[in-house]
Amino acid sequence: MYASIKSFASSFFVTGDPLIYGADVSIVLTSIAVLFVLFYFKKWGWLWREWLTTVDHKKIGIMYLFASLLMLFRGGVDALLMRTQLALPNVQFLQADHYNAVFTTHGTIMILFMAMPMMFGLFNMVVPLQIGARDVAYPFLNSVSFWLFFFGAMLFNLSFVIGGSPDAGWLSYPPLSEMSGSPGVGENFYIWGIQISGIGSLATGINFIVTILKMRAPGMKFMKMPMFTWSVFSSSIIIIFAFPILTVTLALLFIDRYMGGHLFTMDGGGFPMMYINLIWMWGHPEVYIVVLPAFGIFSEIVATFSRKRIFGYKSMVFALLSISILSFFTWVHHFFTMGSGADVNVAFAIATMAIGIPTGAKVFNWLFTMFRGRIRLEQPMMWTLAFIPCFVVGGATGVMLAVAPADYQYHNSYFLIAHFHQVLIGGVVFGYLAGIYYWWPKLFGFKLNERLGKYAFWLWNIGFYVCFMPQYALGFMGMTRRVYTYGWDMGWGPLNLVSTIGAFLMGIGFVFQVWQILYSVKYGERDTTGDPWNARTLEWSIPSPPPMYNFAVVPVVDERDSFWEDKERRDFAPAPPVPVSKLESIHMPKNSGVPIIFAACWFIAGFGFVFDWKWMAFSGLAGVGISLLVRSFTYDTDYYVPLEEVIETEKAAGRAV
Amino acid sequence: MSQHPAGAADHGHGHHDEHENHGSLKAYVIGFILSIVLTVIPLLVVFQTNMSKNGIIITIVTMAVIQLLVQLLFFMHIREGEGPKYNVMTLILGLFIVVVIVASSVWIMSFNSVVQ
Ligand code: HEM
Ligand SMILES: [Cu+2]
Repeated sequence: MYASIKSFASSFFVTGDPLIYGADVSIVLTSIAVLFVLFYFKKWGWLWREWLTTVDHKKIGIMYLFASLLMLFRGGVDALLMRTQLALPNVQFLQADHYNAVFTTHGTIMILFMAMPMMFGLFNMVVPLQIGARDVAYPFLNSVSFWLFFFGAMLFNLSFVIGGSPDAGWLSYPPLSEMSGSPGVGENFYIWGIQISGIGSLATGINFIVTILKMRAPGMKFMKMPMFTWSVFSSSIIIIFAFPILTVTLALLFIDRYMGGHLFTMDGGGFPMMYINLIWMWGHPEVYIVVLPAFGIFSEIVATFSRKRIFGYKSMVFALLSISILSFFTWVHHFFTMGSGADVNVAFAIATMAIGIPTGAKVFNWLFTMFRGRIRLEQPMMWTLAFIPCFVVGGATGVMLAVAPADYQYHNSYFLIAHFHQVLIGGVVFGYLAGIYYWWPKLFGFKLNERLGKYAFWLWNIGFYVCFMPQYALGFMGMTRRVYTYGWDMGWGPLNLVSTIGAFLMGIGFVFQVWQILYSVKYGERDTTGDPWNARTLEWSIPSPPPMYNFAVVPVVDERDSFWEDKERRDFAPAPPVPVSKLESIHMPKNSGVPIIFAACWFIAGFGFVFDWKWMAFSGLAGVGISLLVRSFTYDTDYYVPLEEVIETEKAAGRAV
Repeated sequence: MSQHPAGAADHGHGHHDEHENHGSLKAYVIGFILSIVLTVIPLLVVFQTNMSKNGIIITIVTMAVIQLLVQLLFFMHIREGEGPKYNVMTLILGLFIVVVIVASSVWIMSFNSVVQ
């Protein structure tokens, strides 16, 4: 008995590595601390009512934001482990198999569990406020999406201490990811973690398309929508067409692994390249899914902090929509070297370069917006200014990679690594950070401290170039991606050391940001006006933080930037309070515990499939079915916020008399 | 343009517009039976007949396409609703992307058989 428990435990828990024992200890300690706080301060009820069951888009947005920051930390630690290992030749810090696991989880987490949720957090925090709505179109589904993401991410991260991490790269190419190449459970964690959160992503895409189509304030015609809303719309279009491809592809891989299929195996008529073809049909659109909202954020910030209308609104909209369609026609550039023939490669090389045109147009629009503007250098604007040159270089190296014959040299070298980090950090991360600095006061009612923010800004920016510029050169010197060490004779040592220093600078930048948040909770400049940046769009017309129902009176819009035009018309005097007689009771959705239980059941099912414990998998699935039934037969899903409560809230905010 | 979150549906308030017809029980039952029949046919063809491989594939694909239409008509309310037909537009775009994906995959992957 003891022996069998021991042998089970030694294969169930990951053992033998001090780093992992450290992680075990810290996980157990943190969990105990959290439980202790919840019990000691009797916070269970509060947590359940206010957060876990909420369908309020603002709270869901905040939960996305903090979960993604946590994942940024985990992915960042992975990155620093890798850079430590590569700092000098022949370092013995990580072994080859461990290194493989670390780069796999780094990539997967950063894209799927950091960038995507941070983006969804911004969608949720901003879009309904920007279009004058009281919630998203499907608030219940919104909560389902969040919890699916959350449990998917937990399942994926669990592989670090239980069962073993996936180690076949962030896209799990077969045949390496097949049973023949990865017999452990790591790849199962990969498949189920992504599948569960992927359903949530798809649902969010649908939710925001419908929200934008159906819930805009009266008078807000398409061509009067704010740019960020447009970018969310284009990004969601890509989501609803790209994510099903990912789901199907991973399901096929699962059939191979779980049921002995031969879709992508080397033998039995399998076709591994088909997987690569399919996964990039999602993978390329995915990079545009995450970058388009960043473009939208920059457009809002540039206009606000230059005190001008965005230049070339129509061309911006056209660029966004054309990128969302074009992004489906370039995927082969990720495997030019597969050698599908000159005709295929030429067609996709040209399509890839074509995307550069609308992207370039947007850059000029930002520049022209700033031209002769009255620029204020506050934190959101600093990140925007840092983004422009960084992204231009990233785009240029992208076009270099898009030259198919040349790509035979660059492919899978450090040149490629430098390219995509430049667009992902310089574009996506800088963009989301700019967005967080910009909208933070709206959601939390105070600004983030300027001085600490500036330290973080410079650390990130200097760190970025110190880290990634040497990697372009290393690529030319022949260093390929995914090598875990190299010899002195290669001559790669000095540049790698520089690169590692840059990575740690960015890491320190992140620490400053955590400190900045904690510091500002206490000392941050409070926002009593609701409009701390003197901005242009509707979200700034309501108090910060907004009341639960957002708008006591649904705004009527008659032009672009109508909030700004209103302010100008009354010479920036404070808006007159609304007479109480104009207020009404407000129809809102009720909280529900079903989403979190539903997603937890998926987690149980996923865990069961990972270890092939059928009893567990099927009880999880049964729970999924029961949750759906319970929801289908719940009719009491909404209520009216009483008029007295609306009046009281509005009066307290000084918005009603 | 409804300002109410659709999740907070119109149960028991009566002030909501009557035109939001969500199909009749009859339509649902017909749709359900049709879906089952269309699912059973391919199964029977695969397990109970010895049709040629091409025949099987053609049957499965045909049944799948009909099934898609049944779902759209009986469950997805494709014919209902007012205002711009966003659902139809999305379907057309989706169809276009599916065609692109399938056709270009054939094109990309066929090189493999050319060189062998
Ligand atoms: C003008 C714009 C762009 C062009 C022309 C371009 C071009 C390319 C090409 C040709 C490759 C493949 C190179 C190879 O594997 O040898 C590539 C890889 C990549 N690009 Fe871009 N790119 C552009 C923008 C972006 C943006 C905006 C993002 C993300 C926000 C991005 C993220 C990536 C990633 C993640 C990879 C590598 C994935 C991997 O192999 O694991 N790119 N890019
Ligand atoms: Cu790409």
